[in-house]
Amino acid sequence: MRIGSPELALLVLALPFASFLAIGLIRPLRRRGRPAAAVSILAMAGAFLTAGAMSWQGIPVARGLNPAVLWSWLPADGGPMASVGVWVDGMAMQMCVLVTLVSLLVQVYSWSYLADEPPPSLGRYYAYQSLFAFSMLGLVLSPGFLQMFVFWELVGLCSYLLIGYWYDRPSAAQAAVKAFWITKLGDLGFVAGIVMLWSGTGTFDFWPLFQAAEGGALHVDGLTTIMFLIYLGAVGKSAQFPLHVWLPDAMEGPTPVSALIHAATMVTAGVYMVARAYPLFALVPSVLTLIAWVGAFTALLAATMACVERDIKRVLAYSTVSQLGYMMAANGAGAPEAAFQHLTTHGVFKALLFLGAGIVIHHFHTNDVFRMGGLFGQRPWVGGSFLVATLALAGVIPPGFFSKEAVLAGVLHAHLSVPFLMLLATSFLTAFYMFRVVFLAFFGHAPVHHAHPEPPVAMDAVCRALAVLTLALGLRAAVAGHHVEGPAWLPWISLTWAFAGIALAWATYQAGRLDPARLAAAFAPIDFLARRRYFLDDIYGGTYRLLLLGLSRVVGWVDRYVVDGVLNALSAGALRAGDALRRIQTGQPQDYVYGVALGVLLLLVWAQLG
Amino acid sequence: MPLHAYLVLAALVFVIGLFGVLTRRNAVGILLGIELMLNAVNINLVAFSRFRADLAGLIFTLFTIAITVAEVAVGLAIVIVIFRVRRTIEADHLDLLRG
Repeated sequence: MRIGSPELALLVLALPFASFLAIGLIRPLRRRGRPAAAVSILAMAGAFLTAGAMSWQGIPVARGLNPAVLWSWLPADGGPMASVGVWVDGMAMQMCVLVTLVSLLVQVYSWSYLADEPPPSLGRYYAYQSLFAFSMLGLVLSPGFLQMFVFWELVGLCSYLLIGYWYDRPSAAQAAVKAFWITKLGDLGFVAGIVMLWSGTGTFDFWPLFQAAEGGALHVDGLTTIMFLIYLGAVGKSAQFPLHVWLPDAMEGPTPVSALIHAATMVTAGVYMVARAYPLFALVPSVLTLIAWVGAFTALLAATMACVERDIKRVLAYSTVSQLGYMMAANGAGAPEAAFQHLTTHGVFKALLFLGAGIVIHHFHTNDVFRMGGLFGQRPWVGGSFLVATLALAGVIPPGFFSKEAVLAGVLHAHLSVPFLMLLATSFLTAFYMFRVVFLAFFGHAPVHHAHPEPPVAMDAVCRALAVLTLALGLRAAVAGHHVEGPAWLPWISLTWAFAGIALAWATYQAGRLDPARLAAAFAPIDFLARRRYFLDDIYGGTYRLLLLGLSRVVGWVDRYVVDGVLNALSAGALRAGDALRRIQTGQPQDYVYGVALGVLLLLVWAQLG
Repeated sequence: MPLHAYLVLAALVFVIGLFGVLTRRNAVGILLGIELMLNAVNINLVAFSRFRADLAGLIFTLFTIAITVAEVAVGLAIVIVIFRVRRTIEADHLDLLRG
């Protein structure tokens, strides 16, 4: 077993944080925009190189030793309540490389993509970007649930800030708030779960928990409930049904932000957490089965919605939800390595898809795929890059091919036949909707347009780099003779499905053999539901109105008539009593003397009688 | 003459004074009533002083008379000021403190 050097891990963490502090605190730097961007990109490049060096020269560690470096935190009687530190095992190192790489490329891409932004906004953007990278790196390096939760929330905050980057657009502000609250719903379960786990075991740290879990010495009452609650956090973060509704709306942010959120940070956090805490999840088979079912269902549901979406970014968003469903299904099927492998490969080509989509949108000045066409002829490099990523996402070429096979094999191995069939259907739909976008946007007739500027060099270069990287990863996986455990017929079946999806998309949107309207009519109920997003947004809206507004109305009534009523009665009583009493104050001394004389008389009588 | 004769006299004078204070509408008349009430007290003091052979009451009375004179002087001065300001000394019209 090899771990990374903790000093290098701390450096990886420190660089983006230092850049965030510098941009955030030094006002002239932030207000100028471009220098802030340069600082952030340089810091990110440093972090990427450090992460690369760290995973290159891992320190060998004897198996069974704690790979985490810990410092105590939250001192209390009888030892610290929790610890902070870094846990640099293979998974964390790989994630560090992925996060720093995607962040770096996204930041370079943003340099051109947001070139027209006012400088102060650009400074703000890069401050958020640095904080985002720092938070995600802190999350993946966390050696315990508590530290992970802190960074988990920071990641949520940063995605809120970046989705709402154009905060003067009402739709962006709404999408940001929606993303924040929906993920918070899941986070409530997460925090409750880890606190319950702590009260049962007395520690937040992974290492002692995993040791106890693997040794069969973890005896906690209600572990199933605890793990279910912790899983809820991943449901919100990784956009699983029914909390996936925030992710498509998150497209309101700038396109590079979407790439970042979908590829490396934010949504991968949930999958990573479940894969990281897998030894604990392995103890509760019922929760694992639930994870697999929900994952497969999410994959299928999101894929159907992607098939009817016209907005290119939203298609990609639903495809992310769908792929996250794959990863979660692999987690639930007891194959966290497959989930993690799919997470990393997906991170690379999904970033490429989003950044390519940014160029496409830049080219056509629209998000609507039906108003695009023929881009392949004009921009072969962009089209080629996009095609590579699409093929990888459809599972036709490595690395997507291998990671998807691993997921399917894992699910099949766990005897989850219905989720397996759902995932197989999803791979057909994935190929269909992705090639629908490819045929509509890159082939066919180019819409009549004014002259298009060349895409900026930085954006183009980033896309090419990612395409080369995708192919290189695929080549490495192929050369390494990547072996997927599973029946021999599995790759053929899934390839057949994928090619069937491509063929259907070709027949419908390229060759014109099939009328899309007739295709929609053949699947009328699904088409109807998918176009309305299965009414989930309406259900949430209705629940919100029913519960929150109903409760507000009741509270408002109580406030108006009970609380205010009591106060008004008190003040009215005081006023009326004062009005009655003031009449005895005539202002004439003789009346007062009458009073005194009468009082003395009464006292005398009383004294006589007493 | 027995003691209670003096006390009855003092009580009569006091009540007459009180009646004047309560019924007079003229500020000067009210002051006169107050004088009568004070002198009723003086009669009591002197009577007790005589019948109990204790000079303290007599000395008290001397002080009371002196203070009464001062009080009348201040009271009349106030009446004059009120008259200058309000052009009346009728107690009915002096009701600035009415609630």
